[in-house]
Amino acid sequence: MSRRTLVHLIGLAVLLCLPVLADLSGEPFLVNVSSRVLIYALAAVSLDLILGYGAMVSFGHGAFFGIGAYVVGILTHHAFNAEDIPFLPGDWVGTTMALVQWPLAIIVSGVFALVIGALSLRTRGVYFIMITLAFAQMLYYFMISLPNYGGEDGLNLWERSTLGPLDLYDEWTFYYVCLIALLGFLFLTRRIVTSRFGMVIRGCQQNETRMRALGFPTYRYKLTAFVIAGMGAGLAGALAANHTEFVGPGLMHWTRSGEIMVMVILGGMGTLFGPVLGAATLLVMEEVLIHYTEHWMVILGPFLLFVVLFARRGIYGWLVGGEKHDD
Amino acid sequence: MTSALIFEQTLNGLQHGLMLFLMAAGLTLIFGIMNMINLAHGSLYMAGAYVTATAAAASGSFAIGVVTGMVAAGITGAALEWLALRKLYARDHLDQVLATFGVILTFNELTKIIWGAQALFMSAPDWLSGTVEIIPGVPYPAYRLFIIGVGLGVAVLLRHLIVKTRLGMLIRAGATNREMVGALGVDIDRLYTVVFGIGAMLAGLAGAMAGPVLAIEVGMGERILILTFVVIIIGGIGSVRGALVGALLVGMVDTFGRAFMPLIMRAFLEPAAADSVGASVSSVSIYILMAIVLIVRPRGLFQAYGN
Amino acid sequence: MTDAVLEVRDLSKAFGAVQASDRLSFSVAPGQVHALIGPNGAGKSTAIAQISGELSPDSGQIMFEGRDITSLPTYQRARGGMQRSYQITSLFQDLTVEDNVAMAIQAQQGHSFRFWGAARKASVLREPANDALARVGLQAKAAHVVTALSHGEQRQLEIAMVLATKPRLLLLDEPMAGMGQSESRAMMEILRPLKGSVGVLLVEHDMDVVFSLADVVSVLVKGTVLMTGTPDEVRRDSRVRSAYLGDEG
Repeated sequence: MSRRTLVHLIGLAVLLCLPVLADLSGEPFLVNVSSRVLIYALAAVSLDLILGYGAMVSFGHGAFFGIGAYVVGILTHHAFNAEDIPFLPGDWVGTTMALVQWPLAIIVSGVFALVIGALSLRTRGVYFIMITLAFAQMLYYFMISLPNYGGEDGLNLWERSTLGPLDLYDEWTFYYVCLIALLGFLFLTRRIVTSRFGMVIRGCQQNETRMRALGFPTYRYKLTAFVIAGMGAGLAGALAANHTEFVGPGLMHWTRSGEIMVMVILGGMGTLFGPVLGAATLLVMEEVLIHYTEHWMVILGPFLLFVVLFARRGIYGWLVGGEKHDD
Repeated sequence: MTSALIFEQTLNGLQHGLMLFLMAAGLTLIFGIMNMINLAHGSLYMAGAYVTATAAAASGSFAIGVVTGMVAAGITGAALEWLALRKLYARDHLDQVLATFGVILTFNELTKIIWGAQALFMSAPDWLSGTVEIIPGVPYPAYRLFIIGVGLGVAVLLRHLIVKTRLGMLIRAGATNREMVGALGVDIDRLYTVVFGIGAMLAGLAGAMAGPVLAIEVGMGERILILTFVVIIIGGIGSVRGALVGALLVGMVDTFGRAFMPLIMRAFLEPAAADSVGASVSSVSIYILMAIVLIVRPRGLFQAYGN
Repeated sequence: MTDAVLEVRDLSKAFGAVQASDRLSFSVAPGQVHALIGPNGAGKSTAIAQISGELSPDSGQIMFEGRDITSLPTYQRARGGMQRSYQITSLFQDLTVEDNVAMAIQAQQGHSFRFWGAARKASVLREPANDALARVGLQAKAAHVVTALSHGEQRQLEIAMVLATKPRLLLLDEPMAGMGQSESRAMMEILRPLKGSVGVLLVEHDMDVVFSLADVVSVLVKGTVLMTGTPDEVRRDSRVRSAYLGDEG
């Protein structure tokens, strides 16, 4: 068994057993923290698809996360108040059904990613970073300007999504639902990066000029990857809304995009599993540090600078050893 | 009454735009010459504002406050460049983003530790606290006119610096062809530190000027930083002229959007709906402007820098 | 001349005050190796970039197999059967040698919006990739990462990629750049069999290579063709000697 397989198996075992471990440790609130890790891990894996494999440095990934959350929040808000949704034809009053809410969250995030990506991918390099950041900020201000949906204060989610016979208020159930979403997305992205499509994306990362000279219309492929990544973040957002039972513009604040990006780098970009480790490390670090000082960011900031300057391979690379990519 | 309102909003837009220019000029040079994306530029603006407020309160003099704020921001910027950021010039943009993101988190938290989480307020000096009637019957705050004056002054000075001096020649050469500057036998490291320091001082000046107009609080740096990005995207990376044009465009569109969009919407909608739709549209107006520029000219209105 | 695989008509391109192509015209017949020679800055690489679509000309026309392709994007020209290699090696550095060639083949096999099957297990990509590697003598290195190859091997891989796509027109921008004597000779043996089957536009500084491979030679000076002829005619021409060959000493 290779070292990489071993790391994957241990990781999978830990994820499967976490609630049990949390119970045994006598700290059941850890299940809640773990669900949060899974949700952010999902967002980070989706960013890794474009950042790690496609070299698209999107600094606006939090926007799609926020959109996914707002779709759930808004649908629940209307269902709770039995109020028509104004910007849709007909008189649909929303729903709390997860099987409607979550796919919609994914689709709406995908549509926004399509529009934002179509504009942003006309540029590259520094422009691309700034433009994705600016569009995310635009959505942030846009949500603030909507008093119907709580404006700056956000919306309380009156009820978690309903998913068949499952009780999402149960921490264990919620944890395993999040885990299935994460593992499902990991499986999907793993197939994608090894597929023909994935090879094109990786080719664009390394040498886009050559890709065009070989005969690939690179823009379309990059845009498709951007949309898939946005959809993954949308699903994460839908879960996040359920997790905190609250949606607010803070979900799409630019620092959120920054955090998700940090998770990817910290864990190891271009590895898919690395971002899961990155999400766990960052969020656990936050939980621990906050016990010592409310000014924990004063430790996190220099730590980040240190990671960038001296430890670019990330945790995954350090665990697995060997080459950069997880092939 | 409407023409008076339009006049007043034009001055507001000009003032807003010139503040953005102070930020954008430094940032675009750092982009253009060092090929470096520096998210921490907003932190220098914040540092300028806090130090100015503190120094002005301690000395009782606005002028001393502003100078202290500028110098503090300049020194902080140069020190930051020298200690950490210069290691990043050769790295890719992703590393630069992450590292300077770390710098922002650190600066914001340090600011909270030093000055507390509460916002600071600072008033304009007595000699600028009144209003001036430029057009009879339309009083306008003297302090905002002062900002306009400072902004225009800096624009003229920068133009002189870039067009007439040796330093400016190097800056222009650096923005179009980095290798050439090295070939001229110039100490590149020193040029970089100087450019960074100038950019930092301008950011500090913008922060100092903002003090009496805005609340001085943690997070103010990033708000203006992202607006500055929009300015640079519109103007074109590396071009100071582009920064000026972009800043004025953004300043005007933003100001006029906020002032008039609800009024325009009232022509189509009932007042309450008009106000809320108007607010939503105006909050995204500059980003729509940016999207349009991107569609027409993906590399900005003024392209200074070759590759 | 209508049956030419490539015909360039009055191509002009200026960068500021520098006229890189100045009413440049020439054509390449099917199966013919047409060499472009000329001093540095004569506009050879600029001509290739315009033909491949990476630069757009200010004016003029480019015909490929009788079709006007002047305004087609690069990728459509490549899919239509025109491939180029680069003067400065342009590969996918972190992928394996086999991946690099498979990528070139994949580009020719319809769209790549295929998200599920593993690309590395697709024999329709792998088999022709290995054939192409065998042609340039790199099959033993198929599983190596590109960064592990020597410069000469990377140049060979560059050629394997374009050959794998079975192009009808090859644009070779200094295939021998930076090579030693023996590597150069090996590359010549890779290119020689192309004569008669593929139209080749060859930019090359090494005159031994040009005179031994080319059917037709055009001499470029300041963005325009000074003369076109057989290698012998060009060698004898006094204008060429003074404009170009003389500099070689």
